[in-house]
Amino acid sequence: MSAHEQSKEGYDFAHPIPLPLLFGVFGALTLLTIITVAQASSDLLGSYDVLAVMVIATIKAILVGAFFMHLAWDKPFNIIFFVGSFVFVALFIVFTLFDNRGTLKDDIPVMDDAIVATATE
Amino acid sequence: MAHSDASHADAHGGHDHDHPSYLAHHFDTPEQQFDSGKLGMWLFLVTEVLFFSGMFCAYAIFRAWRPEVFVGCSEFLNTKLGAINTGVLLFSSLTMAWAVRASQMEEHKKTAALIATTLSCAMVFLGVKAIEYSHKWEMGLLPAGLFTYNPANPHPEAPDYLLYICAPFAVATIGVFIWMVAAFLQGAKFQFECAKPIFVMCLSFFVGVQLGRILEPKEDHSGEHQVASVDGEHGHEDHGHEEDGHDHAEEADDHEVHDDAKTLVAASEPGEMSSNTQDLAVIERLATDATNTGLNDELSARKAQSALASGAITYDVSDDEGATVTTVPDDVLRPSRAGVFFSIYYCMTGVHAIHILAGIGVMIWLLVRAIRQDFNRNYFGPVDYVGLYWHLVDLIWIYLFPLMYLIR
Repeated sequence: MSAHEQSKEGYDFAHPIPLPLLFGVFGALTLLTIITVAQASSDLLGSYDVLAVMVIATIKAILVGAFFMHLAWDKPFNIIFFVGSFVFVALFIVFTLFDNRGTLKDDIPVMDDAIVATATE
Repeated sequence: MAHSDASHADAHGGHDHDHPSYLAHHFDTPEQQFDSGKLGMWLFLVTEVLFFSGMFCAYAIFRAWRPEVFVGCSEFLNTKLGAINTGVLLFSSLTMAWAVRASQMEEHKKTAALIATTLSCAMVFLGVKAIEYSHKWEMGLLPAGLFTYNPANPHPEAPDYLLYICAPFAVATIGVFIWMVAAFLQGAKFQFECAKPIFVMCLSFFVGVQLGRILEPKEDHSGEHQVASVDGEHGHEDHGHEEDGHDHAEEADDHEVHDDAKTLVAASEPGEMSSNTQDLAVIERLATDATNTGLNDELSARKAQSALASGAITYDVSDDEGATVTTVPDDVLRPSRAGVFFSIYYCMTGVHAIHILAGIGVMIWLLVRAIRQDFNRNYFGPVDYVGLYWHLVDLIWIYLFPLMYLIR
């Protein structure tokens, strides 16, 4: 019976991830977290630190996505779907920042309640 | 419909008895069922990514506008707690991925234990978060509009917010404990088996609170220290606005006193007038150097004096000028600016925490099913889908942590 089921299409499709791989990914993620925190407490990279931090975060995200989320063995359609959403996020944020840059000079001074209050005293 | 499905299955497999209980009638095979569910889950995760991107966009805009506010306010976030929480979430992701593997291998006990571990990690995360939030609320580091932080008095009288946050969790813990004891006494074995890990999970919240308490210095002067460092970084321009207001008020007072005195002097000694104007000329020349700020002040004071002395009716306008927004130095801790940072901070971490809570809810359901041994190598979809959701929550934190806590 079981031998018959093994051969049956649409059954026994599970793909358990080997434990060493899981632990390896976890180790890499922890290491990358330590690196991020370490670079933030040192002043090594100067103004490029945002870029460095985002690159490290993206590497971590790819590790989580590929192995923990099974994307490395998933259907291409699901991968296109998920990665595609990040493309749209990038479009959204990049274009808003372009607009932001263009209108940066239109600075409207902010009235601060606290300051007005102390001045009238 | 059911008939046509059955005939369909017959036509392909030829074994109508092979439609197992875990396979919904509208699917041909477990794999088809799994793939359909997974596609739905990915769709949901895409909407989640897009939903969070709105907040990341707000973050990007406000950081581009006032990077110094983000650097200054980030000093108030405890990097240690953030890093610990990152580690806890990463570990919970590991146990979740492991739970998926265990359910695929039909290791029922292990599946339940790993899901319970994931739940406990989620609760530790929330416990640490409770310490972070309550600490900030007590200091008045609140969203725009509510922001009342005062560098001169960083620890004002405040209600014990931690108690309020912990209260619902304490109630839940007691409730689960009562349920556990009741199930044990009634001999309801399954209920007892479910209540045990849930009780451990509830206790984990308080482990997290304790962990946060150890790492978050309690009655320290970290606030003041942080403000000092912020001031140091931005040099002369950044003073607390309270301080500023004070300066102006004092200045105004000084002017009045000074003016009164000089008026008296001028009235009694009219011969002094000429020398006074000579002095003025000298000081005026010196004051053309913008670095002589002290001289500038003195010059304006003396001008006012001599004007008064010559009998002119003067209006002291310096007070009003000083109070306008344009002359106020940029300050990282201005409520309208720092408040925006904390609005974004609370919004992003708060929505993330709500996702953790939702994850806890779904995983409790998963835990009960795992204890019931619902999952096997052909039916592990629910574990996998919740796992995907949990990894996405982890993924968002992976970006949130450096963007919030690690700004320099």
